[in-house]
Amino acid sequence: MLRWLIGGGREPQGLAEKSPLQTVGEEQSRNPYTELLVLKAHHDIVRFLVQLDVNLTNFIFASAGDDGIVIVWNAQTGEKLLELSGHTQKITAITTFPSLKSCEEKNQLILTASADRTVIVWDCDTGSQVRRLSCFQSTVKCLTVLQRLEVWLSGGNDLCVWNRKLELLCKTSHISDTGISALVEIPNNCVAAAVGKELIIFRLVTPTEGSLEWDIIEVKRLLDHQDNILSLINVNGNFVTGSHIGELIIWDVLDWTVQAYERNFWDPSPQLDIQQEVKLCQKPNDVSIHTFTCDEENVFAAVGRGLYVYNFQTKRVIACQKTAHDSNVLHITKLPNRQLTSCSEDGSVRIWELREKQQLVAEPAPTGFFNMWGFGRVNKQASQPVKKQQENATSCSLELIGDLIGHSSSVEMFLYFEDHGLVTCSADHLIILWKNGERESALRSLKLFQKLEENGDLYRAA
Amino acid sequence: MISAPDVVAFTKEDEYEEEPYNEPSLPEEYSVPLFPFANQGANPWSKLSGAKFSRDFILISEFSEQVGPQPLLTIPNDTKVFGTFDLNYFSLRIMSVDYQASFVGHPPGSAYPKLNFVEDSKVVLGDSKEGAFAYVHHLTLYDLEARGFVRPFCMAYISADQHKIMQQFQELSAEFSKASECLKSGNRKAFAGELEKKLKDLDYTRTVLHTETEIQKKANDKGFYSSQAIEKANELASVEKSIIEHQDLLKQIRSYPHRKVRGFDLCPGEMEHTQDQADHTSTTSNPDESADSDIYTCRPAYTPKLIKAKSTKCFDKKLKTLEELCDTEYFTQTLAHLSHIEHMFRGDLCYLLTSQIDRALLKQQHITNFLFEDFIEVDDRIVEKQESVPSQTSEDRPPSRSLEECPIPKVLISVGSYKSSVESVLIKMDQEVGNEEYKEVEVTESSSFDPQENLDYLDMDMKGSISSGESIEVLGTEKSTSVLSKSDSQASLTVPLSPQVVRSKAVSHRTISEDSIEVLSTCPSEALIPDDFKASYPSAINEEESYADNEGGIHFKANISPLELGEAQEGGLENTPPQLDSSCCIGKENNGQLVPLPTPAHTLSDEDGVVSIPPQRYKQKDQDFHVDFAAENTNPSRDNSCEAFPAYELDPSHLLASRDVSKTSLDNYSDTVSYVSSVASTSLDRTPSSAHSVNLSSERHKKRAGQNALRFIRQYPFAHPAIYSLLSGRTLVVLGEDETVVRKLVTALSIFVPNYGCCSKPVKHWVSSPLHIMDFQKWKLIGLRRVTSPGSAGTLHTLSRYSRYTSILDLDNKTLRCPLYRGTLVPRLADHRTQIKRGGTYYLHVQSMLTQLCSKAFLYTFCHHLHLPAHDRETEDVVASRQLSFLKLNLGLVNEDIRVVQYLAELLKLHYMQESPGTSNPMLRFDYVPSFLYKI
Repeated sequence: MLRWLIGGGREPQGLAEKSPLQTVGEEQSRNPYTELLVLKAHHDIVRFLVQLDVNLTNFIFASAGDDGIVIVWNAQTGEKLLELSGHTQKITAITTFPSLKSCEEKNQLILTASADRTVIVWDCDTGSQVRRLSCFQSTVKCLTVLQRLEVWLSGGNDLCVWNRKLELLCKTSHISDTGISALVEIPNNCVAAAVGKELIIFRLVTPTEGSLEWDIIEVKRLLDHQDNILSLINVNGNFVTGSHIGELIIWDVLDWTVQAYERNFWDPSPQLDIQQEVKLCQKPNDVSIHTFTCDEENVFAAVGRGLYVYNFQTKRVIACQKTAHDSNVLHITKLPNRQLTSCSEDGSVRIWELREKQQLVAEPAPTGFFNMWGFGRVNKQASQPVKKQQENATSCSLELIGDLIGHSSSVEMFLYFEDHGLVTCSADHLIILWKNGERESALRSLKLFQKLEENGDLYRAA
Repeated sequence: MISAPDVVAFTKEDEYEEEPYNEPSLPEEYSVPLFPFANQGANPWSKLSGAKFSRDFILISEFSEQVGPQPLLTIPNDTKVFGTFDLNYFSLRIMSVDYQASFVGHPPGSAYPKLNFVEDSKVVLGDSKEGAFAYVHHLTLYDLEARGFVRPFCMAYISADQHKIMQQFQELSAEFSKASECLKSGNRKAFAGELEKKLKDLDYTRTVLHTETEIQKKANDKGFYSSQAIEKANELASVEKSIIEHQDLLKQIRSYPHRKVRGFDLCPGEMEHTQDQADHTSTTSNPDESADSDIYTCRPAYTPKLIKAKSTKCFDKKLKTLEELCDTEYFTQTLAHLSHIEHMFRGDLCYLLTSQIDRALLKQQHITNFLFEDFIEVDDRIVEKQESVPSQTSEDRPPSRSLEECPIPKVLISVGSYKSSVESVLIKMDQEVGNEEYKEVEVTESSSFDPQENLDYLDMDMKGSISSGESIEVLGTEKSTSVLSKSDSQASLTVPLSPQVVRSKAVSHRTISEDSIEVLSTCPSEALIPDDFKASYPSAINEEESYADNEGGIHFKANISPLELGEAQEGGLENTPPQLDSSCCIGKENNGQLVPLPTPAHTLSDEDGVVSIPPQRYKQKDQDFHVDFAAENTNPSRDNSCEAFPAYELDPSHLLASRDVSKTSLDNYSDTVSYVSSVASTSLDRTPSSAHSVNLSSERHKKRAGQNALRFIRQYPFAHPAIYSLLSGRTLVVLGEDETVVRKLVTALSIFVPNYGCCSKPVKHWVSSPLHIMDFQKWKLIGLRRVTSPGSAGTLHTLSRYSRYTSILDLDNKTLRCPLYRGTLVPRLADHRTQIKRGGTYYLHVQSMLTQLCSKAFLYTFCHHLHLPAHDRETEDVVASRQLSFLKLNLGLVNEDIRVVQYLAELLKLHYMQESPGTSNPMLRFDYVPSFLYKI
């Protein structure tokens, strides 16, 4: 990585632009995933993976996709536990309704919304269909559960509020034809909904002594984004939105004011001296912010093909990898021990590590370096502060420590299990379970001796 | 796997080579006789003893009450098989040796005829004129119309090789008992049906007679009965009596003791009942009757007919055919089973024995077997032996006494039988006598019993039989005329006679002796008392053990007693490994595989059922000898040294011979020669090429695969890393344009591919579509079509994309891309300078090497302390380092060899834990290791 960095820095600009993808080679000593299990049950693109909590086990997950089937798996063994079929079209959203300790219904529920304009509630212990709601005017594109209030919300062209017994509590009027693309819960019984370029804050009115009615009212429309909002995430004390043209706005969670606005920060376009065609075909997707993840300090954003780490405190990018993948990054997750995992349309999953960078100030070719990172040329108005940031900004680096190659098509999503590895789902209809080979081997030995003991075949050495 | 049946062929060649060098100065009695029938054809063992039939067959004969002994059918039903062999004559022979008188009729003190549930009798006889030896299985079937209700039948397995009959006696007897049981079950069913019909007839007749009598009574009111009326009344009375008799018979046939069919699962009607029988064999009556009523009562409606008072003359009526006697279903099933038997025992004795050894050894390794063995070979005989285990162990006889384990002193056992045969003409061996005799012998015998001397003794006996002329001679009875005391027999043991001289004499005399049937032994008991029957078996094979004493070595190992197997199975295999600590395990392994065991007797007596020690037929006192042999026998094929040997040296008998040199007083040279020659002349198949059509294809397949693998190893210097890839579970893609070339190589290399489970090997011979991640999980060896058209770039693209999971062997460019290999295992497995020339031999070499590897993997997998922390505070690193040091130091693995054993261990774990084998593919395991490009 470092060698590549230095070498890349010295390379001519164009060359660096053409083959910037970092590779890790065949020897990946720090990649723990040395075992894989292919799970094949879906017949179309698998888009969603969601972890379930069945009987206090934490290795059950559900997968859903364009074939309209939900399948429940055991991540430990790769065993297919349940197949839930009921939707006639592709599934557009899935979420779980955790079991409540107070409630007599102990079973965890899975809610799935589909393009057939239904939402089905499943019992994930038995696999039975608890209820099917088909009163929607439009496709429900997002589902969110407000566990505190024991309600769930479905967002389509309008926003509906349901309780656990699946009764419609209240709904908004028709909001827009594009529909709500993302929903996030924020404090004070509010939700933020991304509708096109707008961000709408709704407040949920809970029953009080005065009125027993639930209600949902629009509180505020935030119009700061210039393009469609693609991603929405609730971070500690803030919520973050990302748009198609690469705007990243950090909002205050209480008064909904803009805390920070980054626009051309990761815009790679300014290489005006390069061929126009390259830019044109690169541009549209290259800057769109598809997904976020975050920890206490940083927001990790997947911007086009790259990965960027944005620090809350310093309010700037502390590390980035401009072309982390060959194609758009679709999902990223922060793992423990400063690792970051990303999956992409190019069919690979890559594992990164955030490292403190040393002595980068001594880099002899500043312009080339910055160009390579994509911070070089920025719009005039932004140029000055950004440049200032950059000089002491990239204090960390994202180093590739391993890649997982298995899928033959874009990896839509993945799910990380602490003890059971990584589950990836893909457009090639497959789900792959990536496991730590050594740990699995030890587990198998353990099971083997357990079985021997059960069979009474285990003897103490004399 | 361990021993190579096909190498025996070399002994013949060697013999030919030696012919010109025959030294004339050698005394006559030391000269090796040339093959006596060598002038009859190019293939010296094709016409072993001038037999008139081309190969073994099964003959079913009947002692018809009308025409006497007659052949009914042969299996295979092909006149070419038995050729000019006189079936009628032989039927007479075999039917005349049924010493088991099947008495049915009115026993004294009983009012009604009693059915005797006659045990089958098993006899081995030889007819030197016909050159035929036969295992004869007599059985009686019930026929209502027959004299005494019984029809005697027999099934005979006829072979020109008498050793085959002798040494396979137990197996033959077991199989024929099954067939016989099937026939008899069908017959009982048919007989019961017959009786029911007859009863209905009688009933009807009675009513008719009754009404007639009534009519006569009414018509006749004179007060006295006419003679007609009296006659009618008598007739009625006889009908009444007949009804009672038949009812009684029906009751008897229905209450047939069912425990006799225990463990016999061939009969469709009785399948479900046999289970019950096995469970409570002692309490037979109630479930039996209910079961039997199920079987016998459901039959179509029958219109009774009137029975004439006087039946037709016995000779006028047509006797029922065998098929009529038995239910057709049962009959066809029996025929199927008989042809199965015919298949089973096809081919040379040597082949049968080695395959038995193979199976027995394989069975010991049943946990690791699935990795490299073909599962087609697993034969029902093994299953059958397993089944017989419970009945064996249930006997309270201590294991050390069971005779079948101790084949050596069997000559002396027979003394007992001779004694008994003096007392009665029927050669019914008294089991107790035999046992006692044996026990005494056992005490007096020194532990260094020498089969060579045994042989001498036998040959002396043989001389006695030479003079026999026009008589059916029963060897046992004949010997009993010169009753050998125990001391006699011991004295004779020390007679320093050259075995081959006697043998040659015996052979030559044998050809002279006319018209003699030698009843070699009888075996009266049946499955009802299996232990007894089995115990008497060694005595059945004793007489003609003679000049194939070299076979003794094989024989001991081959005829593994079910008891021993059972012990090994129950007490041993899966149980022992955990209880051994690593050093212990290694010690054992070395015993069996690497070095000859220094004091094997101790280890054996300490723990029976140790992993690596072959099945024992010996008792404790013989063990050291036995294990010595085993170690020697397995050594050449196990380590690399067999490559240096001429092929004939692989012959176990040869090894045995060399072992025995020190113990015999015989000339070293002649001893060895005698072994070779005797192997060539006696125990080889007459027509090896015609044998084993069942296994032929797989056998040929193996040979070809071995040949091609050998070629690959010689042709490609990078064969080692390629084979390493296969052994370590990294998919090898063989890329090429020519389908046949690719397929051939894939087939060849598939012998190195470990199996996941009981299903077929994870090998895909030919694929032309782009590979997928699933393919690497499923297949470990793939033949991939290289397409030159531009549209197929996807194939190569995916190949490079998934390159971390694969090794790629490019046949067109002669390159290999795969990880580095620096171990020592594969060079031994695939030495390009190997002396092995034959594909089959190489295949066996590979198999034995892989078996060794499997046992290492087994030890590694099942050593408890290697995988689990010794205490709570022990970290994973400590465990890992312990594993590594075990692999390196104790198993002697170097570098990448460790990966191979680790991979096999994972497969073992998965296989062991799998509840239903073959349901799922294992996960794809891989390493992030760099690959290298190898070129020629």
